[in-house]
Amino acid sequence: MTTPLLQVEGLTKAYPGVIANDDVGFSIGKGTVHALLGENGAGKSTLVKMVYGLVRSDQGEMRFDGEVFSPASPHEARSTGIAMVFQHFSLFDALDVAENVALGMEDPPPMRTLARQIQDVSESYGLPLNPDRLVGDLSAGERQRVEIIRCLLQDPKLLIMDEPTSVLTPQEVEILFQTLRKLQSEGTSILYISHKLEEIRTLCDAATILRLGKVVGSADPKVTSARDLAAMMVGEELKVPAARDHSLGDVALRVDGLSVASPGAFGTSLKEISLELRKGEVLGVGGVAGNGQDELLGVLSGEIKSPAAAILLDEKPVGQLGPVERRALGLLAAPEERLGHAAAPDMSLSENAALSGWLRKGMVNRNIVDWKKARNFASEVISTFDVRTPGTEVPARALSGGNLQKFVVGREILQSPEVLVVNQPTWGVDASAAAAIRQALLDLAAAGAAVLVISQDLDELMEISTTFAALNEGRLSKVRPAQGLTIDEIGMMMGGAHGMEVAS
Amino acid sequence: MIRLEKRAAPSRIWAYLTPVVAVLATMVAGGALFALLGTDPWQAIRTIFWDPIFGEFAFYYRGQLLVKAGPLILIAVGLALGFKAGIWNIGAEGQYIIGAICGAAVGLAFYPMEARWLIFPLMVIAGAIGGFLWAMIPGILRTRFNTNEILVSLLLVYVAEQILAWMALGPLRNPEGAGFPGSRNLRNYESAANTELFAGTGMHWGVVAALIAVIFAYILLSRHLTGFHIRLTGESPRAARFAGVNPTRLVLFCLGVSGALAGLAGLFEVAGPSGQISIDFNVGYGFTAIIVAFLGRLHPVGILLAGLLMALTYIGGEAAQATLGLPAAAIQAFQGMLLFFLLGFDVLTNFRVRFGARAAA
Repeated sequence: MTTPLLQVEGLTKAYPGVIANDDVGFSIGKGTVHALLGENGAGKSTLVKMVYGLVRSDQGEMRFDGEVFSPASPHEARSTGIAMVFQHFSLFDALDVAENVALGMEDPPPMRTLARQIQDVSESYGLPLNPDRLVGDLSAGERQRVEIIRCLLQDPKLLIMDEPTSVLTPQEVEILFQTLRKLQSEGTSILYISHKLEEIRTLCDAATILRLGKVVGSADPKVTSARDLAAMMVGEELKVPAARDHSLGDVALRVDGLSVASPGAFGTSLKEISLELRKGEVLGVGGVAGNGQDELLGVLSGEIKSPAAAILLDEKPVGQLGPVERRALGLLAAPEERLGHAAAPDMSLSENAALSGWLRKGMVNRNIVDWKKARNFASEVISTFDVRTPGTEVPARALSGGNLQKFVVGREILQSPEVLVVNQPTWGVDASAAAAIRQALLDLAAAGAAVLVISQDLDELMEISTTFAALNEGRLSKVRPAQGLTIDEIGMMMGGAHGMEVAS
Repeated sequence: MIRLEKRAAPSRIWAYLTPVVAVLATMVAGGALFALLGTDPWQAIRTIFWDPIFGEFAFYYRGQLLVKAGPLILIAVGLALGFKAGIWNIGAEGQYIIGAICGAAVGLAFYPMEARWLIFPLMVIAGAIGGFLWAMIPGILRTRFNTNEILVSLLLVYVAEQILAWMALGPLRNPEGAGFPGSRNLRNYESAANTELFAGTGMHWGVVAALIAVIFAYILLSRHLTGFHIRLTGESPRAARFAGVNPTRLVLFCLGVSGALAGLAGLFEVAGPSGQISIDFNVGYGFTAIIVAFLGRLHPVGILLAGLLMALTYIGGEAAQATLGLPAAAIQAFQGMLLFFLLGFDVLTNFRVRFGARAAA
């Protein structure tokens, strides 16, 4: 066997209170696509950050192409031949594609040369991209192409991709995979990080599975079933949410021809949105991030005002009401951004419990807050949703993302809403907690509430939705029954591949 | 190398300790400054911090302490409400002036009628309304046209100073004052005078108002829904919006309350210690109160203590100027150091200091 491109042995990295990586070892062959598989918090990100020079390991050794390798900075990693596409893009909306690419390069060539290079690379790898376009106008898929092209211009030997498909439509995923296969055929190795099993099975040659910072196994994903991979990844049997078969009631929430301009300069305005949500129904709203999800949550929660009759709650117009008045009527919401939107980072959990719960939980009498009731409510949320925290008086920012997510979703569910709107309810939450949150949403619907779930996780939506619709550039597709939808139909509802042809 | 590491949660100990450490550091650095100026640092520090309370002339200085601390506390408590919500009223000095003018004008309008039960309360109300309305200018401009309240409120201080000069020279000038600028002395007009409540203590109605304001602000912030919304807005404006806080109402509330309290402070000053509307009536209480608010951690009780400490440095500073011949600028620099060190040590509340090179580990 030839020397592997990257060999990692005994890599360990501890942070205060947690061992992110414990004696991790694996190797990537030349020209292979290697999957790094694990739940959120399994240590995947820490591991690749060490490879990319963002974090130094405590112990262990890396060899790149046979040479001992310990990059002190991303700069060093890049000059060795490693490139990385991050999950969150580092692009400037107000600059064009070529300028953005230039900003990420060690010494960029003159703009005109660079624009031509971008054109060349984008054509040869089937990643259509016009170097003169403003990044602010690009879709998420196109933005990712900017990042990929930036990497490819450095001619890397190893390309690291961190959850690249989380922001793509199924059609865009297909284009990406074609590109990656082409790279692979030219001898570039790819380290592919994901927790989406089907993707890994179609794309990758080898897989290393991490759980709680340790390597728990390696597998050939082409021959291992998704179920077995999941079992290794999660380490416990997944609780699949119980089937739903309850009848739907009256219309609880009606949105009628709602058009609202986005408050943000780079936000997406909502256009002509109409939907009906019945009691007992779970409406899943899919779509790629940045297509109006935040705005949809905002107009429903009352943070963004709309024409009064555009939103009807129990046939009463509520478009002009603020969040407090809507809560009084039973319309509750849980935003996507946990810290800074759903919760105030430096405030305690009991204060954050009062944030949205004071009205329905009767914590305020004559404008005086009863903090004891707030504490009790916080404890109730903590115990019901298994939030791991030392107590109710710790600040929200001290909780891990998944635990805080359980807290903010649980806080709304336990207020027994008539209509609940949630955005990305299980984002960054581990699999068993995600299953618990989904089950709670289903139970809520079974008890007669109407639930609207906005999510980018199609598997999640298919699992819990009665009906499905997709947001695309601020427009909502027709609402269709979730059962029987094919992945192609969903892709088309989400807007296809944004007019991009597949690489040849 | 020294590095700062963000704490998972703000340190409670440091939150309470920083003001104390800041005062100590100010003493050390200030002492060094005084030493460089050729004064004995021990004596200077003792003159500023010790003598006014326990020294030979303490009977005089102790009264001055409350007289100076009263307006500082009253203004700072109001400012702290806004500061907690991220609403920056920098123009308390202007609201203080306008409050004094309005209150004094009401009092002077009744001259020489004898009806204290009517006139003094009316003056108090007029003072509060004057400050309130002056603060509403930046408030309405911000909520209607999204102007920056820092700039507008600050610039209005200079407008208020011009109005003060005009009042002292024109409409409110003492008709029996032989043409000198300045109004009648309200202290000599019993129905309008803000008299000392207990002889020799410096305790006047303004000090009482300051104590009441401290108590109310404490209850507001810790128990009242509006106080919760103020804190929430300061912590995270987006979360506040999600919670249903109306930003317009909150801006107007915070600016209005701080303006009204500053106006009250002005009224109590003009009717009491100062006595008359004059060109140089304002002495910077409105600006110093900003320091007091931060020195007191934006906490009402903290502000009470900080106000007393600040008043002490004023009185002690004056004493040091008089007895040791220290220049006024040195005293101002000394007071400036206090805020500087406070903000500097504040880092320790949210960060941990690590010495040594970044561990390769």
